[in-house]
Amino acid sequence: MLAKRIIPCLDCDLQKPGGRVVKGIKFKKIRYAGLPWELAERYYKEGADEIVFLDITASAEKRATMFEVVKKTCQKVFIPITVGGGIRNIGDAKRLFKAGADKISINTTAIQNPKLIKELSKTFGAQAVVVAIDAIRKNKKRKGKIIVKTEKGDYWFECSIFGGRKFTGLDAILWAKKVERLGAGEILLTSMDRDGTKKGFDLKLTRKISEEVSIPVIASGGAGAKEDFLDVFKEGRADAALAASLFHFNEAEILELKRYLKRKGVPIRI
Amino acid sequence: MITIIDFGAGNIQSLINALVFLGERVRVGSQPKEIVSAEKVIFPGVGNFGEAMRTLKKRNLIPAIRRNIQKGAPFLGICLGFQLLFEESEEANWVEGIKIFKGRVLRFQKVKVPQIGWNQIEIKKRDRIFTGIQNKSFVYFVHSFYVKPSNRKIISGTANYGRKFVSAISFQNIFGVQFHPEKSGSVGLKILKNFVNI
Repeated sequence: MLAKRIIPCLDCDLQKPGGRVVKGIKFKKIRYAGLPWELAERYYKEGADEIVFLDITASAEKRATMFEVVKKTCQKVFIPITVGGGIRNIGDAKRLFKAGADKISINTTAIQNPKLIKELSKTFGAQAVVVAIDAIRKNKKRKGKIIVKTEKGDYWFECSIFGGRKFTGLDAILWAKKVERLGAGEILLTSMDRDGTKKGFDLKLTRKISEEVSIPVIASGGAGAKEDFLDVFKEGRADAALAASLFHFNEAEILELKRYLKRKGVPIRI
Repeated sequence: MITIIDFGAGNIQSLINALVFLGERVRVGSQPKEIVSAEKVIFPGVGNFGEAMRTLKKRNLIPAIRRNIQKGAPFLGICLGFQLLFEESEEANWVEGIKIFKGRVLRFQKVKVPQIGWNQIEIKKRDRIFTGIQNKSFVYFVHSFYVKPSNRKIISGTANYGRKFVSAISFQNIFGVQFHPEKSGSVGLKILKNFVNI
């Protein structure tokens, strides 16, 4: 049986020499958590199923730093590695794969240039292309938006870009279906309402998108306790769950979390 | 010394890293003569079956692979490199494979495709590459197609994804795995180590 995956996410600030893992709250306030490849190795040994690196600086000049981070990590970490942030074309992706990445994740570029999803998928295979969607709840009804009933009333979900700084008017559920058609292999779905809050994943959003697409959905944003992971796998129907600060600051150990989930009947690799 | 066949299909860096991590010497071979003379070969691959066959033909690598296998050198096919050992694949309009084994490569039906993630292997035959590996260990899979060998005796492992499918085979010096041992954590490293030690 295919296991549900636990994925630590390492948000990397590449302005510091060699790069640093950081954790922002609601994409704004920042704390430093360590060196990317050291943290990645620690999580690998603790039982992480994959590692995601997100380049939060996403500037073209710092791109070489990310290649180095990936190269160093891949010498000691033998699980899949995904890299996101600032990938703008086939060439960027190619260099990351060459450095050892298994998948690349795109968000802003995908929305600005949806054709790139198709090109990446054709060139590297759907399994290598993750489309990240940063979604936020909106309660003001607008025509053509998909309404989801939640515990707090009716909402639609809007996609944001540039790390949550800009809103697009694009419906996240419709966009998820479109990226699947364009050849994305997975969706990395972040709830902007929950990110950094530790109040749990947005289960309504996750479930809706999981039901609407037939590619795996990685839920992100809001993990604060081990019960949140159980909820997102059972109620949210996620295929994988991603968290950052929870692991960085030793609030939860991956192995302990996985044992808990296994006891609760979730298929988990230990 | 392990020779990794490089024909431009997918990323071989992870595999090199894993073997170097295990202390093995690695050579990357893209020329027929490098492959014919190799002591031990790993044949990795990610991508499209048809494209891969076109490239292998263009580079004249198929006779070299066949000769190396006939010589009795330990040979490990991974993922697409495993599928290519069979007769034909649904992926590319039944394009012919390298045809070391009889059987076909078929697409998964009625499940999320590709299968991406950690799945358990049911060990059917205690091969040398499975020494010290627990039954039902999790390994990492990324694929849309699975192999259906005509000779069931070569099957050494299966797994379940909507249906039972073949996750590993072996016959004499030839091994094939559908999963990626280089991405399967300590279990994968142990399988590679076992192959290296043959």
